[in-house]
Amino acid sequence: MSTVLTDKRPTTLRGASLPKWSPWVIAAGSVAVAVGIGLGAGLDSRIQWGLIAAILYVLGTYAIASMVEGKRQAKDRIATSLVWVAFLLAVVPLASLVWATVERGVKVLDVYFLTHSMGVVGDREPGGGIYHAIIGTLEQVGLATLIAAPIGVLTAIYLVEYGRGNLARAVTFFVDVMTGIPSIVAGLFILSIMLIFEMQPFGFAGSLALAILMMPVVVRSTEEMLKLVPNELREASLALGVPKWRTILKIVLPTAIGGITTGIMLAIARIAGETAPVLLLVFGNPFINNNPFEGAQASLPLYIYQQYSQSAGAEPAYDRAWAASLTLIAFVMILNLLARGIARWKAPKTGR
Amino acid sequence: MAKRIDVSGLSAYYGSFRAIEDISMTVEPRSVTAFIGPSGCGKSTFLRTLNRMHEVTPGGRVEGKVMLDDENLYAAGIDPVSVRREVGMVFQRPNPFPTMSVYDNVAAGLKLLGSYKKSQLDDIVEKSLRGANLWNEVKDRLNKPGSGLSGGQQQRLCIARAIAVEPNVLLMDEPCSALDPISTLAIEDLIGELKERFTIVIVTHNMQQAARVSDRTAFFNLAAVGQPGKLIEIDDTERIFSNPSVQATEDYISGRFG
Amino acid sequence: MDITTQKNTATPPPAPQPTEAERKRAARGATRPGDRIFLGLSRGSGILLLAIMAAIAGFLTYRAVLAISKDEGNFLTTFEWNTGTQPPVFGIAVLAYGTVISSIIAMVIAVPISVAIALFLTHYAPRRLSGPIAYVIDLLAAVPSIVYGLWGALILVPQMEGLFGWLDDYFGWTGIFDWQGGPARSMLTVGILLAIMILPIITNVSREVFRQVPQMHEEAALALGATRWEVIRMAVLPFGRSGVISASMLGLGRALGETMAVATVLSPDFLIHASLLDPGGGTFAQNIASKFGEADTFGRDALIASGLVLFVITLLVNGAARMIIARRKEYSGANA
Repeated sequence: MSTVLTDKRPTTLRGASLPKWSPWVIAAGSVAVAVGIGLGAGLDSRIQWGLIAAILYVLGTYAIASMVEGKRQAKDRIATSLVWVAFLLAVVPLASLVWATVERGVKVLDVYFLTHSMGVVGDREPGGGIYHAIIGTLEQVGLATLIAAPIGVLTAIYLVEYGRGNLARAVTFFVDVMTGIPSIVAGLFILSIMLIFEMQPFGFAGSLALAILMMPVVVRSTEEMLKLVPNELREASLALGVPKWRTILKIVLPTAIGGITTGIMLAIARIAGETAPVLLLVFGNPFINNNPFEGAQASLPLYIYQQYSQSAGAEPAYDRAWAASLTLIAFVMILNLLARGIARWKAPKTGR
Repeated sequence: MAKRIDVSGLSAYYGSFRAIEDISMTVEPRSVTAFIGPSGCGKSTFLRTLNRMHEVTPGGRVEGKVMLDDENLYAAGIDPVSVRREVGMVFQRPNPFPTMSVYDNVAAGLKLLGSYKKSQLDDIVEKSLRGANLWNEVKDRLNKPGSGLSGGQQQRLCIARAIAVEPNVLLMDEPCSALDPISTLAIEDLIGELKERFTIVIVTHNMQQAARVSDRTAFFNLAAVGQPGKLIEIDDTERIFSNPSVQATEDYISGRFG
Repeated sequence: MDITTQKNTATPPPAPQPTEAERKRAARGATRPGDRIFLGLSRGSGILLLAIMAAIAGFLTYRAVLAISKDEGNFLTTFEWNTGTQPPVFGIAVLAYGTVISSIIAMVIAVPISVAIALFLTHYAPRRLSGPIAYVIDLLAAVPSIVYGLWGALILVPQMEGLFGWLDDYFGWTGIFDWQGGPARSMLTVGILLAIMILPIITNVSREVFRQVPQMHEEAALALGATRWEVIRMAVLPFGRSGVISASMLGLGRALGETMAVATVLSPDFLIHASLLDPGGGTFAQNIASKFGEADTFGRDALIASGLVLFVITLLVNGAARMIIARRKEYSGANA
């Protein structure tokens, strides 16, 4: 209207735009040029090739788009291409991780590997297995769950159903703080107690540290689930004259049980892969030790670390480390998938 | 500034579901056109095809022609971003940007368009807020968050934001349905003033509102649930409400269904 | 009281009413044994959690004091870790530097990429792709750190050498990217590996936040004629800022305390290197894991002392994150 503006508004709705196939062409061009540079300059790292291609792609997109379509569209396109590049940059290492574990893991992973220990096998020799480590992990994680799950669930019940005032606020705050404790610090804590009583490493000590790591996770997820239970349910039950504790046990918990189980299983999956506290407290043991309360035990993550670090580059030990990694990942993934399955299956039915 | 909209043979889809079918109509410049009809008849969907917002919905797709004066919005090579700048929109629920101040909300569209001097921005913001009858209420708190205003004020802030970029057409999707009667009245008064400068299309559930604010009224209906919505008739508001030419319109207006 | 007076009057009142009121009062006031036991149990668990936190701080401090009191060096500034010698000399300067530097590298790489991936999943990727990808990234967050460590040591390290050579050729003059040609078991590799590890976590949380941006804010921006990137800048990023910050802090906490991935990849020493490419240096957690095996009781106390410092640092980071989130909440307008 009357005001004079430095307005870059075009006079028509028709904006010059690049054809739909242009990103692909620019991408192909960048990759080709990057490979050319890589071969020409004799760069031997594929990481560099990829980075050069990515940079060329982003710059090329910006240059071409700002020439044809204008600044705003060019900015939009550069954002789009950066987002794609970021995604691809992240996919490559993560895919490589999964691929390497599977590819190298299956080499020695068989029934023999799963059912034998390292008892008579030297660190650098082929053979042996992870039976002792599986036993150790199952026992340590199982005991940790037995400790952490009830405490975690009860704490969450306290926070959601009873929690008022300073105590509840303090508990909430320190649960948050506890979530951030590095696993090795939890290990050091138990270690400091063991030093006082001059105890030798044993499986249950590891369980205690794992339980400390597990508790806040269980509290948080259970809290979320309990908060999802509608208040009307509680009030309906209380109005019938049912005592509060029976309301919680018979109405609230059953409604939320699916989510609580999922949370506990995800927490188990998380602690099953913890290495640091186990290294400090359980120490590792090439032999089968079924008793978690006496003597050093093995554990899967610790086994991987020791196969890697104590073998000085011996191929059979690396193979075992990869196979154990694959087993551990499989275990964690199965727990994850089961947990998600339960979450979906037991999800509170919404009223429709 | 105000432009004429000429729609011909327009259908809109959600995936494979056809929401509206074969709609043709003309919207006159510098007038208020109201869309009325029962729920699900596609009037909001149709409104959103007029500034190419329909295709933002996943699976949304349009066939047909929408002429804005002499340019087809759906022709190849048309940039939807430019279309939306020329055809502004006000939504059902007030949606000022929660992290921006009142001032920044009004200036948001301008800042996209180009670089303005601070004094120019100040002028346009004030003019737009005055245009939306909001200036006196917010001039002392231009730097406070827009989400701190009342619902009616927020909606007028959204109108100020939409008119700040001087669009040709202003679309309003049930702009008063989330507001109390007093705020509704304020918005209706405002619509009456804005039609001096803009072509206005308003979707409303409230037939009294259509009768009060609009010059022309279009009635939409659908044969049954799951069937596409259709334009039944469009005529001068007075005629639609006194002597419509289609029986269904009369039934709807007299409250026999919908 | 009520009951007796009512029984004494001649007109019979509706009998069940008082008892029912009483029952309700009883349920609310937790006077039943069942209620008392249950409340006791759940409150006890909460108190137990607090006790554990106090015990962690207490026991760590106790053992740390035992060690530091015999330390002949300055615990904060000494560039040595000799706990077996007489007198013992050890300090955390190198560890603090290494922990901070590796975490900074990790954050600088991981945060922008994670935010970009989160945006990719919520705003750019075809819908058929984004669901499964998000699910897979979710699962990747659960991969144990030791597996990342093994992968980093055996696969990432050899791949890094070419990049190191190139960085040395072109940016060696900065000093930061100077490379003597050793294996790529350096702070930069550690930082990159940590970035890869925390990427899934930051991505997941950010994606959740971006998904919660109300549709109406994005439509408001679109209707003003904003391009997709402008919609993200106007409506999505401001709304998600505090969520992204808390996600990043979560990732930072992980990176600071990560043990195994650093222990497997880094080839440590007790010097601060100006170059990020030369092997050497150390982090708190890595040092504990690698020195623990041969440490005697005193050596373990010294390691506990360094662990206490790590504990305090993570507490500070968590506290800062919580404060940022609390302050941002007022402006987020999440309820608008």
